[in-house]
Amino acid sequence: MSGNGAARTNVVYERPRALTPAHTHYCPGCTHGVIHRLIAETLDELGVRERTVGIAPVGCAVLAYEYFNCDMQEAAHGRAPAVATAVKRVRPGLVVFTYQGDGDLAAIGTAEILHAANRGEKFTTIFVNNAIYGMTGGQMAPTTLLGQVTSTTPGGRDPALAGYPIRVAEIISTLETPGFVARVSVHAPRQVLLAKRAIRRAFLHQIRGECYSFVEVLSTCPTNWGMPPQEACDWVAEKMIPYYPLGVLKTPRTGRVRIEPRPLEAALDEEAADGV
Amino acid sequence: MANRVLMKGAEALAEAAVRAGAEAYFCYPITPQTEVAEYLARRMPEAGGVFLQAESELAAANMLYGAAGAGARVFTSSSSPGISLMSEAFSYLAGAELPAVVVNVMRCGPGLGGVLASQADYFQATKAPGHGGFRFLVLAPASVQEMADLTTEAFDLADRYRSPVMVLADGMLAQMMEPVVLPEANGRHAIAKPWATTGAKGRAPNIVTSLYLDPEKLERVNDRLVAKYREMHEKEIRFEEFRTDLPHRLLIVAFGTVARIARTAIATLAEEGLSAALFRPISLFPFPEAALRRAAERAERVLVVEMNTGQMVEDVEAAVAETRPVDFYGRSGGMTPTPEEVVEAARRALA
Repeated sequence: MSGNGAARTNVVYERPRALTPAHTHYCPGCTHGVIHRLIAETLDELGVRERTVGIAPVGCAVLAYEYFNCDMQEAAHGRAPAVATAVKRVRPGLVVFTYQGDGDLAAIGTAEILHAANRGEKFTTIFVNNAIYGMTGGQMAPTTLLGQVTSTTPGGRDPALAGYPIRVAEIISTLETPGFVARVSVHAPRQVLLAKRAIRRAFLHQIRGECYSFVEVLSTCPTNWGMPPQEACDWVAEKMIPYYPLGVLKTPRTGRVRIEPRPLEAALDEEAADGV
Repeated sequence: MANRVLMKGAEALAEAAVRAGAEAYFCYPITPQTEVAEYLARRMPEAGGVFLQAESELAAANMLYGAAGAGARVFTSSSSPGISLMSEAFSYLAGAELPAVVVNVMRCGPGLGGVLASQADYFQATKAPGHGGFRFLVLAPASVQEMADLTTEAFDLADRYRSPVMVLADGMLAQMMEPVVLPEANGRHAIAKPWATTGAKGRAPNIVTSLYLDPEKLERVNDRLVAKYREMHEKEIRFEEFRTDLPHRLLIVAFGTVARIARTAIATLAEEGLSAALFRPISLFPFPEAALRRAAERAERVLVVEMNTGQMVEDVEAAVAETRPVDFYGRSGGMTPTPEEVVEAARRALA
């Protein structure tokens, strides 16, 4: 803040207005706090805090409404996209975002997220993927990596029993409905800056009334991964990013990710080559 | 001048909702009330409101929560299996104290059951529309006119009590056509909603939640809900009596469609010299116990008739069983009690 003469101080870092002064309940080393801050900075910079409604999930971020200094609704598990849809439809002048974890969004709320994206609802989803159920104490999530040990996959995730980890950003990117879809990470400073840019872009798409926007953020869970914070950040880089590549998957300009099926007859002929 | 028009029950309730200032309707198709959605797909946009066909009843009900939280007048309609799917959001609506109107056009069950009319969701509607211990204010229409009138009233009651209100109809009422005088359009936003999430401009943020990890706080929420229900009991009792002013040996208690069948039966009984009267609860929660007790005191016995295997009869027994014997006659599975069957049940009761 500028003052007079000698009293001038140069503030280089402060709490965004869009965050409350509350101490969060997040574990040490967890990157939820970083992601909260990126959203809050974005709301401040775009000047929309006073017309924003956030939708909190069920999971570790269930108390997000105590940390974001804007109007908030607490949704049932997985239903944030349905709640956000309705808020935006009845109050189109608002800026609406959902903040959801991987259990909330990719398991119990799969139908809601897919259909909200497919209807092209003009809100923004911040999808925090830390490959585990944090709040309930470290159970397998749809995004848990193969071989990853959790309390419900004590021998590591086995694809024969639990399938492969779901890449939600990729699935949404195949929808014909225009949208903005990106995957970012916050495990290193440079990645945090890029994540901020992606989140800002996502909100801009909403504010301009252009499309649904979705940013998946790879996040750490040192507590339930059973490793110190720095190691958890390394784990994101070494284990998660190879399976969940960072990037922009879809924009209104580029259109959907195209899946080109192989010609029916030729492909079936190939299949039949086994003689059955 | 009020115009009488011939309308289906489903359409009458839909039009009444629009005229009551409904700003959004969220739905998922299910027989026997899909006509509500079809009517509103045209009508809501015309009236400047939101029509949204959701991916499931679960999503539709959670949309109801979001829009209600944003301060909009909102409603949904469904039928029994769909209502079960919505029950998650019903509990959140109650916990977050959000006003919303839910219409259940009951079909027969359990399970997928059938598509014919039933009253088998009485327990669900009046005792536990979802987990966690809360009530809906429940209104039961018995004509197309009441489909319109009680739907209109439901919106005001929901706002007044910051509580979900259910209109409990059945497939017959939704599908039948009758002359109806539609209510005049009433003003939107009749009640200020300073708690709604409309953007924290010049005020502290509003939070819509049903989460209270502090047990003392959550108990206070429950106490507040109980106080609301007590107030409903004091102010929102609705019922209709037929021939209770005449001497009667039998008091028939029935709601909705079945009450109309009972009226026919009462006329037949009168011709036989058997005097019977009708007590029709309109508010099922709050249940009109005191009025029912007074009406029963003037009869020898009470006969409850329902389109289920016996649900409201428990509330009737709780109200009058100490002073009057209570008999029950019901049909289920989509079977409707005929006037002749009710006459026979009345004869047996008085034999």
